[in-house]
Order: sequence, then structure tokens, then C-alpha cells
Amino acid sequence: MSEMHLTSKVGHDDIKSEPIRKGFGVGLKKAGDADESVVALCADLTDSTQMSLFRDAHSSRFVQIGVAEQNLVTVAAGLSAMGKMPFASSYAAFNPGRNWEQIRTTICLNERPVCVVGSHAGISVGPDGATHQMLEDIALMRVLPNMTVIVPGDSLEAEKATLALAEKKLPSYLRLAREATPVFTTENTPFEIGKAYVLHQGTDLTLLGTGAMTYQCLIAAKQLAEHGISVEVVHVPTIKPLDDKTIMTSLKKTGRGITVEEAQVAGGFGGAISELVTSQLPMPLERIGIEDQFGESGTPTELLEHFGLTAPHIAKKAQDFIAKMPQYHR
Amino acid sequence: MSGKQSITQLNQKAVEIRRSIIKMLEEAGSGHSAGPLGLADIFAALYFDILKHDPKKPEWDERDMLVLSNGHTVPVRYAAMAHAGYFDLAELQTLRKFGSRLQGHPERTKLPGMETTSGPLGSGLSQAAGMAYSLKFIDQIDQRWAYVVMGDGELNEGNIWEAAMFAGKYKLHNLIGIIDRNNIQIDGNTEDVMPLENLRGKWESFGWHVQEIDGHNIESIIDACSMARAIVEKPSVIIAHTIPGKGVDFMEYDYHWHGAPPNSAQAKQALHELRTMKGKVRGEHE
Repeated sequence: MSEMHLTSKVGHDDIKSEPIRKGFGVGLKKAGDADESVVALCADLTDSTQMSLFRDAHSSRFVQIGVAEQNLVTVAAGLSAMGKMPFASSYAAFNPGRNWEQIRTTICLNERPVCVVGSHAGISVGPDGATHQMLEDIALMRVLPNMTVIVPGDSLEAEKATLALAEKKLPSYLRLAREATPVFTTENTPFEIGKAYVLHQGTDLTLLGTGAMTYQCLIAAKQLAEHGISVEVVHVPTIKPLDDKTIMTSLKKTGRGITVEEAQVAGGFGGAISELVTSQLPMPLERIGIEDQFGESGTPTELLEHFGLTAPHIAKKAQDFIAKMPQYHR
Repeated sequence: MSGKQSITQLNQKAVEIRRSIIKMLEEAGSGHSAGPLGLADIFAALYFDILKHDPKKPEWDERDMLVLSNGHTVPVRYAAMAHAGYFDLAELQTLRKFGSRLQGHPERTKLPGMETTSGPLGSGLSQAAGMAYSLKFIDQIDQRWAYVVMGDGELNEGNIWEAAMFAGKYKLHNLIGIIDRNNIQIDGNTEDVMPLENLRGKWESFGWHVQEIDGHNIESIIDACSMARAIVEKPSVIIAHTIPGKGVDFMEYDYHWHGAPPNSAQAKQALHELRTMKGKVRGEHE
């Protein structure tokens, strides 16, 4: 859609790729430039979580915590009590993988604005293997009252999301990925916390994507168009609170949906959309993601292929789904 | 607080706080008895002498911060706050009841002046350390302190030692920990469940200034905090040796009272004991 201002390079081999976490690093530095209350805490991963830009620009507001993720978020809650807006980052496997109760009690129930930043989330972490491929973080974070959950689609959107979270001052979780992925949005693409965006209009099926999977949905839609199948693509960077209206409007129009995420579908993004659909207008919904398994070592490409998280797999699943499931509510 | 009170008056406050604790717990029908009674002298000293605070302005931006890490002992804080004038004494009788601001474990957002929400053990020291870090390095404000009260059983938690390492690294001199060293936890004596000794040595090795005091001697509590504030190169911890259930004979030293309230007959007896001990709590068992 023209008002979404996506890059014209979508689907072209020369589309720019950049790690989503990089946009976070840029956004955090900018947020720190604009607002003195912004502070950053890191658990011994300052470069790889891209906090080094902030550290170098605002060293007095950067706090090195060491490898101690429970302390990471609780010190952040303490800083927040003194009027600061902390961003606390580590790998998602440990933050929020290890410190969930502290996030629940000292940030969510305590209503302290802290942004928990989970870097290197998803299967595409690659060779590090299952221990470091965090797949349950969306489920862990979205069940918490008072928590906002954001999974940006690309580096530019991560930058916008970081700035928005710094401004809103909410308990929040920001999920980031390690690998370079296509930057399909532009400076002019809108981003607002709590909004979902229709990126491509269609009538036969809605593909709902979050994180870098949205780009794969866009490519799948192009491939399906070649087969005469009209797919709507909705990008859902905010998993909590969900943009019920945009999502349900699309699903009512197409009567069928598929969610795509680089996480456990149980309790994850697919779980969230299932809950919404079940309560508002039950209809056939397929969930693509990780299905109750752990990952393993491999290159990101191998793993995404293996788990069916690439455009051709999504397109195939969409075709099968359309073949077996009639459109609902038409 | 305006106007310092004499030690005799502070001892009297501690007795009043203990009496309130017994009444609240009897009315609530659940809750922890031993810890709050054991901490009464420390909380009398904190709220009526040590802390810079204003009960009428709980969010006063020059106040000292007080974090209660072992949230289950909150009846002592509620009682101290009510006696200090944060709210009416009558509200104490709503403890643990539906709709009350006095939740079973403290919630900051429900009761102004509570500073943090706590109960799950081990996270108070980190939060107080975050406050102290902010004051020292970001706000660069002197003469404002972050106090944190911890239980001894709570020191089993790894989060405590992460925070201890952190505060030691950054030499958070404006952070003052008070450990309620009563030697009991739910399953028994601390040294049987998970030994803490050499406790002094542990804190010293993490870079802390350590003091050990009689946690029922209000003069010692005030002096130790004063000493802690004078230490400029290290965070301070005060190991306050206390008697669980202090002030009520049949509760003292008995870990079974960790998580139990008195029934009405027991409460009556406890209140009688506390009444007759007025003004001479200190020294009763020394």
C-alpha cells in the first residue's frame, strides 16, 4: 500500500539487509541524545546487543552489570524508581529467559517503566544452537499484565520502536534478532506502538507476520500472486496490545488466516492471534512457527529452511490451507 | 521526622508497633508473626529517627529510600508507617483483606510510601542498588540514602549476591543494607537449611563495610546507620542480630511462628505481655 512507503526493492535481490538489533542501537543512542532520563544496562554483551553506540555517547548513563541477568532487570527497576527510563539488554535466552519473576514483580506489578531488550532471539541465531535460540520469550512476556511486547520487522522499525518506547515509558519487551535481514520499510513508513499495518492488499487469505517473518510473508504473497492467489499481508510489530481492529478487519475480509513467527507458536504470536480470533470471530487459522521443539546448530538459512520459515514454505502452506479450508463468514 | 525522640520514646514506639502487629495478624487470620516482631525495634529506629521522610508527602523528592526486600515481614512496616502518620491506625485492621491497600505482600502502587513491590525474595538489594547508583553517578546527589532491609533466609537467593558484587564494584557508599539475622527460615534454622556463616566474611569479601549489632538495641541501630553513612568508599551492611518473635515469650526463637498468625487467645496473651513490658523491652532477654 502506497501510504506504507515500503522500499521499492521488496522482492529484489539487492534489497539492503541489516541486523534488526542494529536499528535498536541507533535508536537507543538517539533516545539518549533527546532525553537525559534514558539509561542503558547491559549484561556483558555491550557490542553484540549494539549498546556500544549509547555507551560511547553517554558513558555516565551506561551501567555494566556483568553476567547477572536477575540483577540486570532489578537494578533497572531501581533506576526507574529514581525517574530513569532504563533499557536492559542481554540475549533473549537469558533476558527474559532467566529473570522472568524479577520482571513480573519488580517491573510489571511494580509498574516501573523498564524496557527489557531480548537480543539474538529466534532460530536464526544459528550455530550457537538450541540453548541460545530463544523461542519462548514472546509467550513469557505477553502473559504479563502491564507489559507491552514489540517485535520489529526490520532495523529501521527497531529504531522507531526504541524511540517510541523511550518516549512512552512503559514496562516493555523489545525482541531483536541477530542476523542481517531485509530492510523493507523506509524512513516514511509509519510505526506506532499498538498498531498493525496492512502492507499488501488481498482477498483470499491474510498472512499475519511479526518480526523479520513479515518480509517472508511479503515475498510469499508475490509468489502466490503468480498462481492467481490474492493474499493480504498484515505486519504486526506490537504483539501486546494487539491491534484488534486492523487484524480483525483483514480477517473478516479474507475469511482465513495464517500467522508466521520465528518463535514457539504455542503461547507466541500465533497463540495471541488464536485467542483474538476465537473470542471475536472463530475462523480457520494456521500457525507457522516452531512447533513444540528446540532448535539446533546450523546456519541461519539452513535452520529457517528446516523449520519452514521461508517464503516458499509459507506459500506452499498457504496453498494447502486455501485448498482445504473454505473462507469463513463470506 | 521533625524533632528527635529519646531512646525511651523510641523503645515505646517499638512496643506500640509490636502491639499493632499482633492485632493486625489476629484480625487477618494469616500472615507472618516472627519476622515482623523481630524487626520492630529496627523499624521504630528507621521511621522515628534514621530516615529522612515526610509521612504527609510520601513522594517527597529529598526523602531517603527504604526498600523492604523480605516483603513477608511487611506488617512491621505497615505498623511503623501508621504510627508515623502515613495513614490511620484503624486501616491496619484491613491487612490482607479484599480491597485493602495493605496487601499480604507489599505493593508500591497500592500504598504511597512503599517504594517497591516485594515478596519474592532476593530482589530488594538490586533495586536499592539501582537507586543508590542513580543518586551517586547519574543525579550526583549527596546526602540521600538508599536503605534496604533483608531477611537472612533470603540470602540463599543468588540475586542477592549478584547485587552485592555490583554494589561492591561501584562502591555504592549511599547504599545501606540491614540484615535481619534471626537465624530462622521456613524449614528451620538457617544454619541447617543452608548455612550462611561466615556471613561477615562473605560481605567483606564482596567489598562491603560490615557491622554486627544487637538488633533490639535502638541506640545501636541508630549508631550503626550513622557509621554506615560515614563510610564513603564502600556500601555498608549491618548484620542485626534479632530474636524472631521478640517481645512475645511463646513466639521467641520458634521458627514455627515464621508464617503463622496468633489466634485470639494467643493474641490476648501476646498483647498482655507487650503491655506489661512497656518501656522495658530492651534488656528483657539480654
